Amino acid sequence: MTDKPILRVSNLSVDFPMHKSVLHAVKDVSFDLHRGETLCVVGESGSGKSVTARAILQLVAKPGVITSGQINLASESGEIDIVALGNSGPAIRQIRGRRIAMIFQEPMTSLSPVHTIGHQIVETILLHEKISKEEARKRAAALLDRVRIPNPEAALDRYSFEFSGGMRQRAMIAMALSCNPEILIADEPTTALDVTTQAEILSLIRELQRDRGMAVLFITHDMGVVAQIADRVMVMFRGEKVEEANVFDLFARPQQAYTRALLGSVLKLETPAPRPTRPVAETPIAQINDLALHFPLNPGFFGRPTAYLKAIDGISLTINEGETVGVVGESGSGKTTLGRTLLRVYTPTDGQVNYRRGDGTTVDIASLGKAGMKSLYGEVRMIFQDPHSSLNPRMTIYQIISEPLRTNTDMSEHQMMDRVQELLTRVGLPADIGDRYPHAFSGGQRQRISIARAIAVRPRLIIADEPTSALDVSLRHQVLDLMRDLQSEFGLSYLFISHDISVIRYFCDRVAVMKNGRIVEIGDVAQICERPEHEYTRTLISAVPRPDPRLRADAPA
Amino acid sequence: MLFFILKRIAGMIPAMLAISVLAFVVIQLPPGDYVSTYAAQIAQSGERVDSAVLESLRQRYGLGENVVVQYFKWIGGIARGDFGDSFEWRQPVTELIWGRMGMTALISLCTLVLMWAFSLPIGIYSAARQYSVTDYLSTAFAFLAMATPNFLLAIVLLYITTMWFGVSVGGLFSPAFENAPWSLAKLWDFITHAWVPIFVLGTAGTASLIRIMRANLLDELHKPYVEAGRAKGLPEARLILTYPTRVALNPFISTVGWVLPALISGELIVSTVLNLPTAGPLLLQALKSQDMYLAGAFILLSGGLVLIGTLVSDILLAISDPRIRLS
Repeated sequence: MTDKPILRVSNLSVDFPMHKSVLHAVKDVSFDLHRGETLCVVGESGSGKSVTARAILQLVAKPGVITSGQINLASESGEIDIVALGNSGPAIRQIRGRRIAMIFQEPMTSLSPVHTIGHQIVETILLHEKISKEEARKRAAALLDRVRIPNPEAALDRYSFEFSGGMRQRAMIAMALSCNPEILIADEPTTALDVTTQAEILSLIRELQRDRGMAVLFITHDMGVVAQIADRVMVMFRGEKVEEANVFDLFARPQQAYTRALLGSVLKLETPAPRPTRPVAETPIAQINDLALHFPLNPGFFGRPTAYLKAIDGISLTINEGETVGVVGESGSGKTTLGRTLLRVYTPTDGQVNYRRGDGTTVDIASLGKAGMKSLYGEVRMIFQDPHSSLNPRMTIYQIISEPLRTNTDMSEHQMMDRVQELLTRVGLPADIGDRYPHAFSGGQRQRISIARAIAVRPRLIIADEPTSALDVSLRHQVLDLMRDLQSEFGLSYLFISHDISVIRYFCDRVAVMKNGRIVEIGDVAQICERPEHEYTRTLISAVPRPDPRLRADAPA
Repeated sequence: MLFFILKRIAGMIPAMLAISVLAFVVIQLPPGDYVSTYAAQIAQSGERVDSAVLESLRQRYGLGENVVVQYFKWIGGIARGDFGDSFEWRQPVTELIWGRMGMTALISLCTLVLMWAFSLPIGIYSAARQYSVTDYLSTAFAFLAMATPNFLLAIVLLYITTMWFGVSVGGLFSPAFENAPWSLAKLWDFITHAWVPIFVLGTAGTASLIRIMRANLLDELHKPYVEAGRAKGLPEARLILTYPTRVALNPFISTVGWVLPALISGELIVSTVLNLPTAGPLLLQALKSQDMYLAGAFILLSGGLVLIGTLVSDILLAISDPRIRLS
């Protein structure tokens, strides 16, 4: 890297004036970007990595302002300072899309739903180049072909909602590359995608970069992705640059305490947590037999519908007492539906769920009536993925946690207050936060509140639907460790639903791999992760980016 | 697309039948019939009422028959284009209402078009420049206009034009043009008169449409596809007009469905106040005197207009949004 950098960011600061204070989103950050290299900016939520990326294109959302610093883009006639160009006017528009292009996190919503894919790509080309519409269309088709979208000519006239998530991100990449930009900024481009799709998109970006000698600024929170694609890495924390290093050096010899902590929490998930050995004779708590849930796809004007979506297509699974059973699968595999069906959010169309109650009797959840289900809510509880939307913002923490006590037990107000304080302490939160509201807490704290709510009634089985997916990586193992402690303390059983195989390996005893509403493979976690037998499981596991750059094909010996 | 429209039109037939039943029931609801109202009127003027005459009237109009039989007689006639005769005017209903219904449709259409023409740009501007002076001004206007009752606005406007400018704006035409055939002069006369009812009818609707457009667009402005458009170098005005506005238009287009009925029912009061030759005042009179065929025809046709409005908005929606067209 002896050549002159294409982009030099020096002493960049971005402020967001809040109601009464100022949030310094980016503080005095400097870095260089060279032609043909991939610089990964990594950090947890709130680290300022996305704001930094947006500042380069003058796209910082209101009320954010760039308060100081320079962003120098190398040009034929010397350097252009993007900060000096301001956020509107022809000068900055000449750079956006033409010299520096950007792709975004949400492929579902980053393309307009009311314009064809072709229209959006052709528009970009015509904005920056004086060529005819036919030529632009021809180039757009070639681009779609280049990002491996089948039948590109026809795809030009399709709408984004007719494409899958991975296809949309490909189209987005084609659009970004349409004017041969020198720099591509990718803001978490694979976070919303399944792991197998993520692997395809990452290799596509890498390939296109080699072809064109583009510089890529890649924003991510995923150390696995960093290890796979970065040349250099910049670590950010609370708006500041913590460390910048070659990817192999960073993973081998992290210099700063924060980087070490971040890598530590990633690597901790790489090895399974110590587990007590399972008893020889297992007592099942729930036995799922040939469970099926089919949604009719068409209403069937008169009579029966003709096609069904088989969300769950004949699943048999046993959860034993005190055991953690993981369910892993990609989006659309039916794993979330399975969890919800066990609580009768959906009524299954076929099969049984034989649940053994605390008093030794067995009931079939699949055919249980309303009153029977109500009595079960004290024994089977759920923890949800998104701690921001699963807590009612208008209820206090005390009201939230005591609500299941109110509906399932006849405790007095006084008893409930004591129980809530005890629960809050148990999940590692201060006991006196009962009269505050959820918005006052961070994602990790909210998930602890959700856990306190779930264990309030001393349940026996908890269905946890992606409880750590919305959390930063440093918080994940903390929440999992808490759930593990509660398990040994109260003898809980978990059905643990996740798309993330590393979390499953860390936390579960057994795991079921789901695809298209069926279980393709089930067994001990170690066995499935080390020696998967089914082809699909193998693909799933090999697609997960491992946080170790030495596993890369281009790693130095 | 053609299939979509045909399906919608087919769906309108049962709706229209339901409206006809409802219209008929509503007319039958008050106690008595046209003849008893007529008798009361005669008695009030001090004359003697001959019960034999009344009975023969009842026979002639078929009022003594079963309600169901009456309904089918009525609807059967309509299927052949015969809306029956008005008792009060002693004329076929068709002759009475075409002109009036036409005027109502014309006024409603003009109002709708003008409402869109004003609320769309103001709403877009208001959202794009949120919390600017213009935004606050349009918000203030919108709340004021929504809170002012139509008839009050009509009376105030009448007062101002008559007392201050000495112009009579009641009605839709000057007496000279009332029965004249359409010409450029008559059109101009219509415009000078029609702006008052259009203004009165449209103000509240324009105000709420401004609010709807502003809210819709504000929801869209922060979507990722807008940022993506900006990142590819689109100028700001073109970006807002071609991307988020296109999406934000959907709920706006759907408003035709409810704006039309609101206009037609609002028109009744305003037309009475302003003395307009539209359907409203005639319908009111017909309801008061229980002139059932006349009232029924009006209610049926108004219902028809509402259905057509909904159909138009559905077709426009399908044209503007591929997600509706293709699913």
